[in-house]
Amino acid sequence: MSARRQALVLLVPAALLLVLLLGGAQALMLIASLGRRSAYGGVLHEWGARNYLRALEPLYVSVLGRSVLLAAATTVACLLVGYPVAYWLARQAPPPWRRGLLVLVILPFWTSFLVRMYAWMFLLRTEGLVNLTLGALGLPALNLLYHPAAVLLGQVYGELPFVILPLYASLEKLDPSLLDAAADLGAPPRAVLRRVVLPLTRPGIVAGGVLVFIPSLGAYLAPDLLGGARYVYVGSLIQSQFAVARDIPFGAALSFLLSAAVLLTLWLFRRPLRAGTEEGG
Amino acid sequence: MGRGAVSLRGIRKSFGDVLAVRDVSLEVAEGEFVTLLGPSGCGKTTLLRILAGLEALDAGMVLISGRDVTGDPPHRRPVNTVFQHYALFPHRTVAGNVAFGLEMAGRPRADIAAKVERALEMVRLGGMGARRVDQLSGGQRQRVALARAVVLEPEVLLLDEPMSALDRKLREEMRAEVKGLHARLGTTFVFVTHDQEEALAMSDRIAVMNGGQVEQLGSPAEVYQRPRTRFVAEFLAVRNLLAARVQEVGDGAAVLRTDGGLELRSTAPGFVKGARAWVGVRPERLAFDGAGDNRVRGVLEDRVFLGDRSEWRVRAGEDVLTVSESGTGEARKTGDAVTVTFPADALLRLEDGAGAKLS
Repeated sequence: MSARRQALVLLVPAALLLVLLLGGAQALMLIASLGRRSAYGGVLHEWGARNYLRALEPLYVSVLGRSVLLAAATTVACLLVGYPVAYWLARQAPPPWRRGLLVLVILPFWTSFLVRMYAWMFLLRTEGLVNLTLGALGLPALNLLYHPAAVLLGQVYGELPFVILPLYASLEKLDPSLLDAAADLGAPPRAVLRRVVLPLTRPGIVAGGVLVFIPSLGAYLAPDLLGGARYVYVGSLIQSQFAVARDIPFGAALSFLLSAAVLLTLWLFRRPLRAGTEEGG
Repeated sequence: MGRGAVSLRGIRKSFGDVLAVRDVSLEVAEGEFVTLLGPSGCGKTTLLRILAGLEALDAGMVLISGRDVTGDPPHRRPVNTVFQHYALFPHRTVAGNVAFGLEMAGRPRADIAAKVERALEMVRLGGMGARRVDQLSGGQRQRVALARAVVLEPEVLLLDEPMSALDRKLREEMRAEVKGLHARLGTTFVFVTHDQEEALAMSDRIAVMNGGQVEQLGSPAEVYQRPRTRFVAEFLAVRNLLAARVQEVGDGAAVLRTDGGLELRSTAPGFVKGARAWVGVRPERLAFDGAGDNRVRGVLEDRVFLGDRSEWRVRAGEDVLTVSESGTGEARKTGDAVTVTFPADALLRLEDGAGAKLS
C-alpha cells in the first residue's frame, strides 16, 4: 500500500466522525435556522432569514458584544497569568519536577467543570469562604458572586491550563544560547524578554490565545452560574432558546453566528497558527 | 591597564559538586590573541562565560581594561561573544541580527544601517542583509555571528569554539579570516578551542587547560616545543610517553631507564638522580637508522598511512614507540627489525601536572 493510500485509509474514521457528527449536525441546524418556530416549539417549514435579522437587533448584538468582550478579557488575563507560570515551568523549575508540575496544571480536568464552578460559588457567595474569612477579620462582606468579575474569574480559572500547555511547549524549545546572545549584545533582561523571548514564543502565544478565546466565546457554565441572570452571554442565550423559550430556529441562527465568529477568529490567526505547527513538526 | 586588557584573578566556579574552574589567574594584554585550549570539560568555556558575565563565579575577580566588572551583568560588559553554534536570532534577518546590539545601545537608525552594512562587507556578506538566517550556510552563519559581535567594537572579543561546527576546509578558511580580523581590528581576542592546530595557528599565547586549571601558558612555539606536563604533551601530540627512573645526571645529559627497560639520554634540565620521571618524544623526531644519542632496537608492528606521512608502531621490549616517517612507508614491512634513533634533546622531561590525568 502506498503511503498516500495508507494516509487516506487512516483518515477515514476521523473523516466519518466529522462529516456525520459535525457536518450533519450543522446541516440540521442550518435548516432549522431558516425555518420558523411553531407554537409548540417545533420547526415550521417557512423558510427565510428572519432569525438572522432578529439576531442583529441591538439587544442581541449587545449580548454578542459582551461575549466577545468576555472572551477577549479571558484570553488576555489567561496569557498574562499563564505566561510567567509556563516560563517558570519550562525554564526555571528543577527539571526532575517538571513533569509532576505539568500534571498539576491539568489535574483540575479530573473534576467536572460544573463541580468546579459550584466550588467557586461556595467560595464567592455572600456566606462563602471568602466573606466568612473577611468577617472573621472584622472586615465588611463583599458582593462577589453574580458580578461580571466573578464570571471572568471562573473563565480564567477554567481556561488557564489551555494557555499554559502550548506556552510551555514553545518556551521549552527556546534555545537558551539565544538569551545569552541577547544579553551579551547589551540587552537588559526586559529587552531580552521583549525582543527575543516573546517574538520567538509567538506561536505558543497565538495557539494558547485561540484555544482560550474560542471556547470562551460560547462559554455557558461560568456566565450562568457565577454571573447570574443580570448579564446574558451568547452561550446562555442559545441555551435558553433551546431549553426555555423553545425557539429552535432562533437558537440555531445564533449558534450559526457563533460558529461564524469562531471561523473568523481562526482565519485571522491562520498564519501564526500555521507557523506554530510547522515549528512543532 | 590599557583598553582591552583582561585580568582574571583567582577565578573559581563549581557546578554542584563539580569544580569547573579552580583558582585560575590569567593576564591578557591589550590587543593580544589568547587561546584557551583543552579537552571538553576542562573549564575553558566556563572561564569564557565568566569573562562574558554569563556565568556567576564563586570566587575571584574579573578586570577588563583595568575596571572591575566582577559584579556586572553581561549587558553592561564591554565584551561580545561569538557563540559555539552562532546563536543567531531566527526571527531576524541577517541585518537584523547584526543590528541587534546597536539597537540596544540606542544608536540612531541611519547610523545603524551604515554600520551594519560595513560590518557585513567586512565579513564578505555585503548585500546579504535581507536574507533570513535559515537560508545561510554554516560558514555564512559563522560570519554573521562575527559581524554581530564585532560591529559593537567590543574591548574584548570572545570566541567560543566558533569553528567546531564547520567542515575542515571551511575551518581553515575561517582561521585565516579570524586571524585577519584580529590584525585589522587590534581588539583583544580570547578564543576557546579543543583543536590544537587551530590554537597553534592563530594565537599569540596559548593557555592549555586541564581539570579546571591552566597547566601551561606560553607562545605556540613554547607550548609545542617544551610542553611542561604529561597532559600538555599528550594533548599537543607527543605520542611517545614513557615512565622512567633517572639513573645518572651528568653535565651534558641525564641517563634514564624506562620501565620497559630502554636506556635513553635527555638533555632536558631538571632531572634528579634516582627519581622517577615521565619523558616524551614526538613521533616526527624519531628516525630509522639516523643520527642521535638514543638508539633503540625494535620490531615493526603496524603501519598507518596518513597521506603526507606514515606512522609506524615499533615494539621495543615492553615499550612501544610511534615513529613518523614522510612518504608511504612501503619500503618497510611489518616484522622487520629496525633501529630507531633520536637526539638527546628530543626527549622531553614532563611533570605530572596538577589536574586530572589523561589516560
